[in-house]
Amino acid sequence: MSIELIASQGTVATPDRPTDSPLAIRGLTVSYGQKPAVFSVDMTVQPGAMTAIIGPNGAGKSTLLKAALGIVRPLSGQVQVFGAPLARQRARIAYVPQRASIDWDFPTRVIDVVLMGLYRQLGLLRRIRGVHRDRALTCLDRVGMRDFADRQIGQLSGGQQQRVFLARALAQDADLYLLDEPFAGVDAATEKAIIGVLKSLRAEGKTVVVVHHDLATVRDYFDNVFLINTSKVAEGPVSTAFTSETLQATYGGRLATVQVDQLAATALA
Amino acid sequence: MFVDALLLQLGYNATLVAIGATLLGIAAGSTGTFLFLRKRALVSDAISHATLPGVCLAFMVMVWLGGDGRNLVGLLLGSAISAWIGLLCLNWLVQHTRLAEDAAIGAVLSVFFGFGVVLLTVIQTMGSGRQAGLESFLLGSTAGMLWADAMVIAVGGAVAVAMIVLLRRPMTLVAFDPDYALARGLPVARIDLAMMGLVMAVTVVGLKIVGLILIVALLIIPPVTARFWTERSDVVVLLAGLVGGFSGFVGAAISASAPNLPTGPIIVLVSFGCFVMSLLLAPGRGALAALLRHLRFQKRVHLRQGLLALAQGQPIYEALTLRLLRRAGLVRPDGVATELGRARAAKALRDERRWQAVRSDRDHEAAAALYDGLRDIETVLTRDQIAEVDRGIGGPKGVPA
Repeated sequence: MSIELIASQGTVATPDRPTDSPLAIRGLTVSYGQKPAVFSVDMTVQPGAMTAIIGPNGAGKSTLLKAALGIVRPLSGQVQVFGAPLARQRARIAYVPQRASIDWDFPTRVIDVVLMGLYRQLGLLRRIRGVHRDRALTCLDRVGMRDFADRQIGQLSGGQQQRVFLARALAQDADLYLLDEPFAGVDAATEKAIIGVLKSLRAEGKTVVVVHHDLATVRDYFDNVFLINTSKVAEGPVSTAFTSETLQATYGGRLATVQVDQLAATALA
Repeated sequence: MFVDALLLQLGYNATLVAIGATLLGIAAGSTGTFLFLRKRALVSDAISHATLPGVCLAFMVMVWLGGDGRNLVGLLLGSAISAWIGLLCLNWLVQHTRLAEDAAIGAVLSVFFGFGVVLLTVIQTMGSGRQAGLESFLLGSTAGMLWADAMVIAVGGAVAVAMIVLLRRPMTLVAFDPDYALARGLPVARIDLAMMGLVMAVTVVGLKIVGLILIVALLIIPPVTARFWTERSDVVVLLAGLVGGFSGFVGAAISASAPNLPTGPIIVLVSFGCFVMSLLLAPGRGALAALLRHLRFQKRVHLRQGLLALAQGQPIYEALTLRLLRRAGLVRPDGVATELGRARAAKALRDERRWQAVRSDRDHEAAAALYDGLRDIETVLTRDQIAEVDRGIGGPKGVPA
């Protein structure tokens, strides 16, 4: 019962026309085998804001993101992007996958990876020209990786690889950016660079959704949170939805009470 | 003889075979690159073995219809159909059962090939079957190659190469990052199927020259050879095509230059030769380059450790370290440091102190990350920064800066 209560408190005023949200999910259930990874989730992402998807390991954070992108097929549910079906809005979405899913020995250079972001402009046969290369270099510049353009991707550190993948997403010039654990296992310089880019995207009016694992930085980085543990626990602005109660409800016994209290304390500060 | 063969001077049949093998090699090498990049190289083995029942059934059907059972186009059509069925079986097994792809490959390959061998035996007992020579599809046979056969290979190879040019971007994207490709709305399953369709086409047109058992070599060896020389996937495709074409041409020439040399296996051996050369000699990824890099690195480590030991007055037991120090004129043959050795040792020790200071200072985080015990501190910090570090640790003691 208490969970439902918190959820309703945590819900902010949904936009007047919720279907125009950059990402609106209704009744989404995804299952690998018999056990749902994500169960009956509703989500309404606020435009022009940065939202963190938060939850314990195996809570379905990445699955939610992948289902929203059509990478995994949901058992049920609807996904609307900017008020239209996903298939018609592909060009407006940029996705940064988890680093672990990539073969880093693949024969490709940093600039080639970023040029993959221009796939739509290039089509099947158009030649890669100076303008495309310039655009890719500009995107690399934004994440501080311009000097690495000609390196093979395996020669980069984990954080640098992550920044290259962000640059590829930037090259798409999308309106909605979905990132899967971009801060996992990266160095401090990379974290700073990535959050700087994400904030500048928000300043341009873009919408950013991040699967995030570090509870300590939620308050500094994000406007909204979406707490999930298979089903939704809470959704809304950090100030109302990111509380010790919602965290306890999301993480249960997995989060020591001390940690919860500390986070709640920073919440009040 | 061999030179004549290279110059296409050995007669009509040899020339046809050489041209056909070259075109086949180009198509197989560039097609195989995408299999290799997608890490599904062995799928081609399942596809090629699955051609056999199709060849046999096509022969039987054509005989039954009263035609010539050996019509190449008919046989290839049959092989394509059964290879496609094998591929679909494989995909179904991987997607709808818990079988891993390697196990599914094993199952499809052996079942289809076994069925094919049974059919071959049945054909042997047929009246017109004895002269069919269908076994030649196992290892290829170029003896009686006709103009029409060469045309089949040329057209099939050209179509495959054209499709690669058309699909290279989506196929690369799917091979590199399938999740991202899906997120961008690419039909990943269909692109994979198209790639396998290309592999199948190359396999089918290669049956005549290389045969179904060895075609996998022509699909896989050229791309792994090309990979040694470049870090760009588009260049791998190009080089793999070249390696394949070169192997096809030279292999065909060699087999034409002496009697009773089988064409297909010789082509495979030539491409294997290219692979071994690349494995050994390629800069960067080659084995020799890696060995040299390792030895150079080892030498630097030993010199550094030796200098630090000298500076701290510790005895050096390691023979390699002593030898390297002697050769560099840093110690005398009896193991005592020379003038130069003492100076270098003092500098090494001082640099180590500087590094310690840098690594414990949060302001130098970026520089500290470059510490590996070997790097000269001058390559990381400016003169002014080093001076500041030196002030922190009390400055150099009795050594010229």
